[in-house]
Amino acid sequence: MVCEMETDQIEEMDVEVLPSMWPDDVGTEADKQFNVEKSAGDLDMLKEVDIAEKSAMADLKRLPELMNTTDQGTSQLTNLVKQWEYMQDHAVRLLREELQILTKQREEAEAKELKIIEEHNFESQEPENVPVLDETSDLFRRFRQKKRDKLVDSKKIEIDEEFDTIAYWKQKALSLGKMLEASTERERRLMEKLNESLKTMESHSAPVEELTQNLKRAEGFLHFILQNAPIVMGHQDKDLRYLFIYNKFPSLREQDILGKTDVEIFHGGGVKESQDFKREVLEKGKASKREITFETELFGSKTFLIYVEPVYNKAKETIGINYMGMEVTDQVRKREKMAKLREDNAVRKAMESELTKTIHITEETMRAKQMLATMSHEIRSPLSGVVGMAEILSTTKLDKEQRQLLNVMISSGDLVLQLINDILDLSKVESGVMKLEATKFRPREVVKHVLQTAAASLKKDLTLEGDITDAVPIEVVGDVLRIRQILTNLISNAIKFTHEGKVGIKLKVISEPSFACDNALNGDEEVQNGLTETSVWIRCDVYDSGIGIPGKLAVYLNALPCLFKKYMQASADHARKYGGTGLGLAICKQLVELMGGQLTVTSQVNVGSTFTFILPYKVATSDDHSDDQDEFSDMVDHQPEPDDTTEGYFQFKPLLGSIYSNGGPVIGNNFLPHKVMVTSPIKLINGFVAHPSDDIEQSETVQVENGGYTDESRLKNSSGHCLGSAHQYENGNGRCLSKESESCSSSQASSEGGTVEMESEFTVSSHREEEKAERDLKETSKPKILLVEDNKINIMVAKSMMKQLGYTIDIANNGVEAITAVERSSYDLVLMDVCMPVMDGLKATRLIRSYEESGNWDAAIEAGIDIKTMEDEQVCMRPTNRLPIIAMTANTLAESSEECFANGMDSFISKPVTLQKLKECLQQYLH
Amino acid sequence: SKNSEEIALFFVYQTSHLLLSASSSRVHTAMDSLIAQLQRQFRDYTISLYHQGFLDDQFTELKKLQDECSPDFVAEVVSLFFEDCEKLISNMARALDQTVNVDYKLVGSSVHQLKGSSSSVGAKRVKGLCVTFKECCDSQNYEGCVRCLQQVDIEYKSLKAKLQDLFNLEQQIVQAGGRIPQ
Repeated sequence: MVCEMETDQIEEMDVEVLPSMWPDDVGTEADKQFNVEKSAGDLDMLKEVDIAEKSAMADLKRLPELMNTTDQGTSQLTNLVKQWEYMQDHAVRLLREELQILTKQREEAEAKELKIIEEHNFESQEPENVPVLDETSDLFRRFRQKKRDKLVDSKKIEIDEEFDTIAYWKQKALSLGKMLEASTERERRLMEKLNESLKTMESHSAPVEELTQNLKRAEGFLHFILQNAPIVMGHQDKDLRYLFIYNKFPSLREQDILGKTDVEIFHGGGVKESQDFKREVLEKGKASKREITFETELFGSKTFLIYVEPVYNKAKETIGINYMGMEVTDQVRKREKMAKLREDNAVRKAMESELTKTIHITEETMRAKQMLATMSHEIRSPLSGVVGMAEILSTTKLDKEQRQLLNVMISSGDLVLQLINDILDLSKVESGVMKLEATKFRPREVVKHVLQTAAASLKKDLTLEGDITDAVPIEVVGDVLRIRQILTNLISNAIKFTHEGKVGIKLKVISEPSFACDNALNGDEEVQNGLTETSVWIRCDVYDSGIGIPGKLAVYLNALPCLFKKYMQASADHARKYGGTGLGLAICKQLVELMGGQLTVTSQVNVGSTFTFILPYKVATSDDHSDDQDEFSDMVDHQPEPDDTTEGYFQFKPLLGSIYSNGGPVIGNNFLPHKVMVTSPIKLINGFVAHPSDDIEQSETVQVENGGYTDESRLKNSSGHCLGSAHQYENGNGRCLSKESESCSSSQASSEGGTVEMESEFTVSSHREEEKAERDLKETSKPKILLVEDNKINIMVAKSMMKQLGYTIDIANNGVEAITAVERSSYDLVLMDVCMPVMDGLKATRLIRSYEESGNWDAAIEAGIDIKTMEDEQVCMRPTNRLPIIAMTANTLAESSEECFANGMDSFISKPVTLQKLKECLQQYLH
Repeated sequence: SKNSEEIALFFVYQTSHLLLSASSSRVHTAMDSLIAQLQRQFRDYTISLYHQGFLDDQFTELKKLQDECSPDFVAEVVSLFFEDCEKLISNMARALDQTVNVDYKLVGSSVHQLKGSSSSVGAKRVKGLCVTFKECCDSQNYEGCVRCLQQVDIEYKSLKAKLQDLFNLEQQIVQAGGRIPQ
């Protein structure tokens, strides 16, 4: 039962070949129907269409019954009968009309005959044997023939004979007689015909033949219309069993369909739905349409638009449904495609607008960041001026109130400066501007100093400990300043949130972590100072027994990523209580990541937190340790302590009470950086002070500590040292730490019920100590500073700045003069211009370093400098101490700094020199 | 993070605003109107010099160095600078006067000197010109050098005039018994 549907059909706009509803290759050839040659819609086809009853399947027993019992069925029959009756009526009317005419003619003819008879009465006796018969018979024959054609004949009688002769009349009489005869005959025949007609009419009383013809024609018409249409039609009874189906699926046989329901015939998606739909129509009694997609094994996925109408019998009872389904799979597909396209389009548009928005936001953010960085920078310079001035102001004579105000001002200014520095650091890291320096340093010392520094400003009863495993190399290469920054940040953070117990740093070597495998390659290219290097991964845990990070485990896991977000503190409450900008951790994380490491945190509420960062370092395999006074050890260890290099465990205890004492008697000497101070940090190692010190006060302090903090006044002594050392490291390591601890301490004070006054009281006292210390220092020993600079104006400015900072300086105008000066007297610091006439700063530095190494000025003499002093004098003066030389360069690019370092300089100040830079530098290098 | 940066920015702004308002309020209560006016003029003028790029932060640094012990420090340094300028410029002009065999090394070292000095006093425009000048010297671009020299000459003279005005204002304030605003 394959319908050939390969007709071109015009659909919407485009012409396309419509695939047949049912597949072609199903069913047998014999089953094929409607095998009509394409006859281009000629109406003649109607006759040719051989209505194949096979096209449809019907339950022949019940369908006629259905036709008789339903309105639809009867109406058609009634129509046909009416039509037939009408036709019959028409035929009868025509016959009657004919009959009437004939009757009229006969009457006329009779009347004429009578008249003739009356007129020619006398001739009636005329002999009838007139030999004219032959001719008249001929005529009569002709007449009869005529009569056949014409219903009404001409009333003229043609007579050949001469008028009014006997023969004439004879002939006339004869012909009239014949006419009469013929007329009678015709009448008789018409009567016969009429009878016959009536007879046939009777026999046609059951017009089956005609009706069948009509029916066939109607059906043919339907077939003609429907043969190519993708339409399935059917009738189902009220149990939804098929009674009739047209254009069923080719492979199904009669017994597969008739008497069965959809569900019984088909399986798969949509079948149930259509069944339910039909039932619904059946119940509601209202025709309706629905689109149903079938997903059957039999014909795959097809969508039908189904029209179902209920069928009633004459008693208006529902007896079943008619249903018609049109296959609209392609249309649906197309429609869905369109919808999808439209949807995609909408989505794309939305995405586009989203993207534009994002781009816009990104641009805005970039701009905001840029502005922030610029603004921060712009703010920093004047602010550092403000703070610097305030600090200078604090060294002048002030009354108590003024000092209080000033101290508040300084600490607020410092806080803002710190914040701005943080912001700048962050934006530097983010924009990729920040460059990492590679310097050799000793991790043990770094840890020790970070802890020392923290301990010095500690105001809680906390134990600070450091634990470094033996596997950690003595010296590694990395950006020590950044690493210190991270450690300091983490430690001060840990201290901030810990009220009792301990805070510590643990260092150990680990194998290369998985995340770093790719990064590791990049770092290996650099080779420093010609040393062979291998990489080592060191894991650093900064742990505390603090409040932990709030929330239960699940919550804390969520809070952790936040913790590293900029400015974000664990919660608003904590921010208020503990203060701080919240930038610290963000910077740490960024720095660690910048160095190719990873920063993580684990925490348990009220038990503590551990911040862990793992970083790669290069191991410098230097064959000569004693010679190698790197930058960092320089800062603290002018007298090398043998145990320090390998010492793996440190512990620091706070010295409580010190901060509230109002300036002990012995604070002074050790307060500001100078050489004696180097040995002052207090170190408790398992209760034993392993600190070689020739300072009597120092050893006293130690005893006091061992004795368990009994003597109040001595405690003050020790606190003095403590504070002093704290300051030393604060100064040595930039502002970062000191500010952190300051803000920590002040917020600590206020959070513990202290008022603002109390806070400022504290600051005042500590600053007073500072002041006193500074004055004492100035009187006793002033550091000797040499400025090597050729520009008069620069000299003037630098000199004035130094004066402001409380130092006097010697001047050398070029490298040669510098060497001469260094050779003649000992300096604590040299500020060296790089670009100078006669001899530049780099060469001068090289020569000075060469002297430090060899103990003689041979290299300088070789370079043509006149050295007059006796050699033995120099040798015994300071053969091993390294003179800090700070470059002053107009060029602040990293390359230039590397050049400075390569030539033996310790650090550099970018020009123009400012009070702030100078101050930081002096604090760092003058011990 | 954007938000928090904004917060930080806001914080910075607030703080600076507080600082500014505190100082300005003090000014208004303490000074009489003439001094206040002069001071305003002085400040505006100073700011305009910064804005027009004549001066940069280094000049602020210089001002920081001026105290009771050296009350005329800025003026001293600046006049030294201008003397230096004059001398260096005439040196360079002489060197560049030679149509053949211009001693670019000599010019270069003078430019370097000038750059260092201008950087030290915060003469921003002169410093900027010196950078270009140095480049011209290094590339031995005679026309460039001459042009730069002329510009430097113009620039330092106009700066000199401006600073002279500023110092005059300063003097007026001091004479009126006011303090020089920082």
